[in-house]
Amino acid sequence: MSVLSLDGITKSFGGNAILKGVSLEANPGEFIALVGPSGCGKSTLLRIVAGLDHADGGTITLAGRDLSGLAAADRNVAMVFQSYALYPHLTAAENISVPLAMRRLSSWQRLPGIGPLLPGQKEIRRGIRREVEAMASSLKINHLLDRKPGQMSGGQRQRVALARAMVRHPALFLMDEPLSNLDANLRVHARGEIVDLHRKSGVPALYVTHDQSEALSMADRVAVMIGGQLLQLATPQTIYDDPAHIEVARFIGQPRVNLLPAKAGSDGLVRFGDIVLSVAGLMPGNEVTIGIRPEFVHLGQIGGLAAVIERLEFQGSDVTAFARLAAIGETMVLKLSPAEARHLSNGQPVHLVMQPQKALVFAKDGKRLPAQAEMAQVAGAFHG
Amino acid sequence: MAEAAVSFPLTTAREGQRRAAAREARIAWLLAAPALVLITLFIILPVVAVVVLGFTDFELGYDEFRFVGFENYAELLSDRGFRISLWNTMVYAASVTPFSILIGLGVALLIEGETRGRAFFRTVYFLPVASLLVAMATVWQYMLHPSIGPVNMVLAFFGIAGPNWLGSSDTVIPSLALIGIWQSAGFNMVLFLAGLTAIPRELYAAAEVDGARSGLDRFRLVTWPMLGPTTLFVVVISVINSVKVFETVKTLTEGGPNKASEVLLFTIYQEGFVYLRVGYASAMTVIFLAILVVLMFLQYRVLDRQVHYS
Repeated sequence: MSVLSLDGITKSFGGNAILKGVSLEANPGEFIALVGPSGCGKSTLLRIVAGLDHADGGTITLAGRDLSGLAAADRNVAMVFQSYALYPHLTAAENISVPLAMRRLSSWQRLPGIGPLLPGQKEIRRGIRREVEAMASSLKINHLLDRKPGQMSGGQRQRVALARAMVRHPALFLMDEPLSNLDANLRVHARGEIVDLHRKSGVPALYVTHDQSEALSMADRVAVMIGGQLLQLATPQTIYDDPAHIEVARFIGQPRVNLLPAKAGSDGLVRFGDIVLSVAGLMPGNEVTIGIRPEFVHLGQIGGLAAVIERLEFQGSDVTAFARLAAIGETMVLKLSPAEARHLSNGQPVHLVMQPQKALVFAKDGKRLPAQAEMAQVAGAFHG
Repeated sequence: MAEAAVSFPLTTAREGQRRAAAREARIAWLLAAPALVLITLFIILPVVAVVVLGFTDFELGYDEFRFVGFENYAELLSDRGFRISLWNTMVYAASVTPFSILIGLGVALLIEGETRGRAFFRTVYFLPVASLLVAMATVWQYMLHPSIGPVNMVLAFFGIAGPNWLGSSDTVIPSLALIGIWQSAGFNMVLFLAGLTAIPRELYAAAEVDGARSGLDRFRLVTWPMLGPTTLFVVVISVINSVKVFETVKTLTEGGPNKASEVLLFTIYQEGFVYLRVGYASAMTVIFLAILVVLMFLQYRVLDRQVHYS
């Protein structure tokens, strides 16, 4: 079923392992976002799929064809670059036509001066021009066709770069942070456009970004890469609700997840404040980390964890509150509604109550452990 | 201060602005003054002096001179020696410029494509630029010597009788051109290397993905157009430098044999410093400067629009 499959891709630069065996499969028409902090190897992976870098090990299959050993030009893969990488000496129309001209015209036919005199090239050129214009009108950039990249805005260049990638109907789209050079307003708008364009094309896309909100909002599935490893590949909802690894939980989510140290008791249960969790496969005394998203921590009247409000950040639809736990000195982050936060002020003592069924438990090596919430002994009063 | 600003807010503000602008203008002139003085003293005045002298019959050593109008220029037109030296200069420039540029570009591309020994090759090719041409000329004299020179000895090994490179009127200009190419290719290489490093790597990646399979395709699609501004600069510098050829002629041939290697600057030198006809030499210098100005003007006006893409 999968159109693209990467299997055990490894790569190191000068003894430095950048990719430590990355495997993933993409279904037809699927939009996969590769997300991770800078230096996690996501751009390297993209360049390897494009054929711009060579993997040390592993195989890449695209539409049933093994790509290893094929030059970038022979892979039928299109790529959109962060800097757009438009040829500055060519007009938009010429830029868009490059992939077609390179494939359909011979080296002699492309030669200036001699090329236009050779037989047969006129018909080909006319065909290219037609396709370029059709592509331009579907992206609404007809009016830009005679302009050079230097005379265009960032957003316009980005559209021309997209048109150049799409014009030859590749088997796979690769996008390397294509929105990061746009200003914030345009970026949000361009997200929707890229998703729409991609859906029409019907081919899979790998989209590299370091922006988690881009990844979550655009992709069918999100691949979280950290330290050269693909830690999780799942739908945005699963990535957020069910992170497979502590690093995934830490990287995804804004404001970021609360991580608290805990220990399994003599009965094998993990306790933290009010919540009691039974975790499979834990020995008494094992150290774990409990993760809880800021929206699942609430203010209680009594009980819960005693804390002091350190700082409040107004975000419009909600308020981010930072509260220092009296017991262990860690700062917890809470996502509150403005109504809840109205009576809070810096330095105010509060009681924090966590939703036990939302707690995520991670083993010492970072792996997620399945956990079950036990009934709390002390009842906290919940809001919402 | 605050009270004054409150009581006369408008007038003081406007007055202050005016005074600040005046002060800024004064400082600007003051800062520009050294450069202005030096340019006037060392560039504008000498050029004016040369133009004026070109209309006189001034000879070094004589106290008196008179204005002769365009007499010097009329004489230049009928001067066979000047016509030969003009022609020789053109032939020299027309052979040195393209070859030194092509070789410089080729070497730069090779060095850029190779990671090992980059500094070594860069230094080796730059050596002729850094070395003293007058000193190196003796080496060339030996190399091109008709009987004991290595060049002719190698040719003789293959059974070819080598010519008297610097001594025959047929081969003297090509020989000097060869030395000129040897000397300026390294300089052009350094300029091209700088131009190459400024090309964004992503353009090459885009070209590869777009189907530019061979290195030649990528050169045509990315390298050559992106080097445009560098190439224009290299062409201008190369033309000017080759039109200014003097040292090799002076040290190796003295314009000979039989004026076969006389070039513009050498003729000017002869007239001005050997025959002491400063007026006549000045007229030649004016022609020389005019040629350079026209060349630069043409190159920048015609080519500049084609190599800058914004």
